[in-house]
Amino acid sequence: MDFYLSALVLSLCLSAMAMGIFISMRIFNIPDITTDGSYTLGAAVTAVLLINHWPLFPAILISMMAGAAAGVCTAFIHTKLKIDALLAGILVMTGLYSINLLIMGRSNIPLINLSAVFSYIHLFNNATYNALLTGLLIIGFFALLLWFILLTDFGIAMRATGNSSSMTRSLGINNNRMKIIGLAMANALTALSGSLVAQYQNFTDINMGIGIVIVGLGSVLIADALRVWLNIVAIGWQIVLVIAGSFIFQMVLAVTLSLGVDPNVLKLVTALFVLLIVALPRVKNVLTHQNE
Amino acid sequence: MIQLEEVTKIFNPGRVNEVMALNNISLQIRQGEFVIIIGANGSGKTTLFNTIAGAAIPTKGKVWIASEEVTHLPEFKRSKWIARVFQNPFDGTAPNLTILDNFRLAALRTQSKQLKIGINAAFKRKVQDTIARLGMGLENKLNQPMGTLSGGQRQALTLLMSIMDSTKVLLLDEPTAALDPKSAEIILNTAQSLIQEYQLTAIFITHNLKDAQQYGNRLLQIHKGKLVRDLDANAKQKLLLQNMYEWFG
Repeated sequence: MDFYLSALVLSLCLSAMAMGIFISMRIFNIPDITTDGSYTLGAAVTAVLLINHWPLFPAILISMMAGAAAGVCTAFIHTKLKIDALLAGILVMTGLYSINLLIMGRSNIPLINLSAVFSYIHLFNNATYNALLTGLLIIGFFALLLWFILLTDFGIAMRATGNSSSMTRSLGINNNRMKIIGLAMANALTALSGSLVAQYQNFTDINMGIGIVIVGLGSVLIADALRVWLNIVAIGWQIVLVIAGSFIFQMVLAVTLSLGVDPNVLKLVTALFVLLIVALPRVKNVLTHQNE
Repeated sequence: MIQLEEVTKIFNPGRVNEVMALNNISLQIRQGEFVIIIGANGSGKTTLFNTIAGAAIPTKGKVWIASEEVTHLPEFKRSKWIARVFQNPFDGTAPNLTILDNFRLAALRTQSKQLKIGINAAFKRKVQDTIARLGMGLENKLNQPMGTLSGGQRQALTLLMSIMDSTKVLLLDEPTAALDPKSAEIILNTAQSLIQEYQLTAIFITHNLKDAQQYGNRLLQIHKGKLVRDLDANAKQKLLLQNMYEWFG
């Protein structure tokens, strides 16, 4: 049971990244690969600050700001230098690998016996329950904050930017500025995810972000499938579905592991699962047309 | 209201595919004028429009709107004067946003979009009243995503969105080109009544010579990037459809 609860806590930590990918991919229609780098960046900054005895919450905040800065770099390359968003993300992600190594000073930093966000609540005897409650509170707070922002006039303008750039330009919205702010928000959330996962797993590793974008992407795709299935329009419920998507994704991986699948092939299972989510509606369409 | 001084626009200058879309055009449009622009495909009508809207920056010449020089001002900054209805009905609205969200943005065309929730009961009533004049029943579907509506409905709403904030200039870029005749009639009649009611300065590009004859109080013809005809209200009134057909050879 504890194994699945741990997976649930991990899914909460990763749902911040899923919300970030929801912003870049669904709100702005930008495939942002910076994620792999900004996730590790969040973990690296948190680790270095914590081992240097910084207070926890400023450490998390600075980690998020570092992630936001990475997002701003990608957005600047894309909007000002007119370089394709995918390439801009790849460039920043590649650069971040070295920056993360420079920040960390080595490839792995253990965080055992250091103040972590998950050690603040002691309501239950079981540490996993306490971690679960902490995760729920943190993700609940950021989900509500994101929901509020997207409901405001500014948030409507953000949502419109990725939806119809010709319309937003004619309505006085600076699309480039919106993209810069949007990618900053997305990568701040991704860095938060990295920071939370590092604290939950008690270590930061330089390779922890490799391929992590696929986890966020998978969560958003699951959310998309649920949104279409449940015919959901309200932005608040869409955010809830993204968190649910992250949960479902982690549960699938947990079940896979519990079935005895070699952990070395977990990335392959992840990729295949995302492929399944993307391909299933298309296969269903093809089969439907063949039957007609 | 709008002034163009010796405006030239060259695409791909110095290359084999160089095109002179506008050739030394000077034009003054007074406040309250409803100007119709006609011309063959590739004559430079849309480039002229884009130059006024800010989507294209002239290679040479200057552009003024409301006595302010705007030659290098980007499109999103010119929106404080200009509302635009696009040729493609899907360009003027955001499909994933609700009708209400779209109208909220339109209501903030000249203002900053702040971190506050601006949609309240009073705003909903205002949007309902505005949309009700179309007689399409859309005032009861404010929470419906724009993408679920037909092209004609979206174009009609784009037109109404233009009067949600203090618009001075209305640019109609072949707004009925992709619509059926009934929807086209609704759009043009609504546009005409809005232009009169709000005393807007309007420019309407059309390929439909009947519409060019029926609407507006000034007629311009553009040919190969040059302004070749400029008819005032009196001359336009006397104009026969046959005369206009002859202009196109």
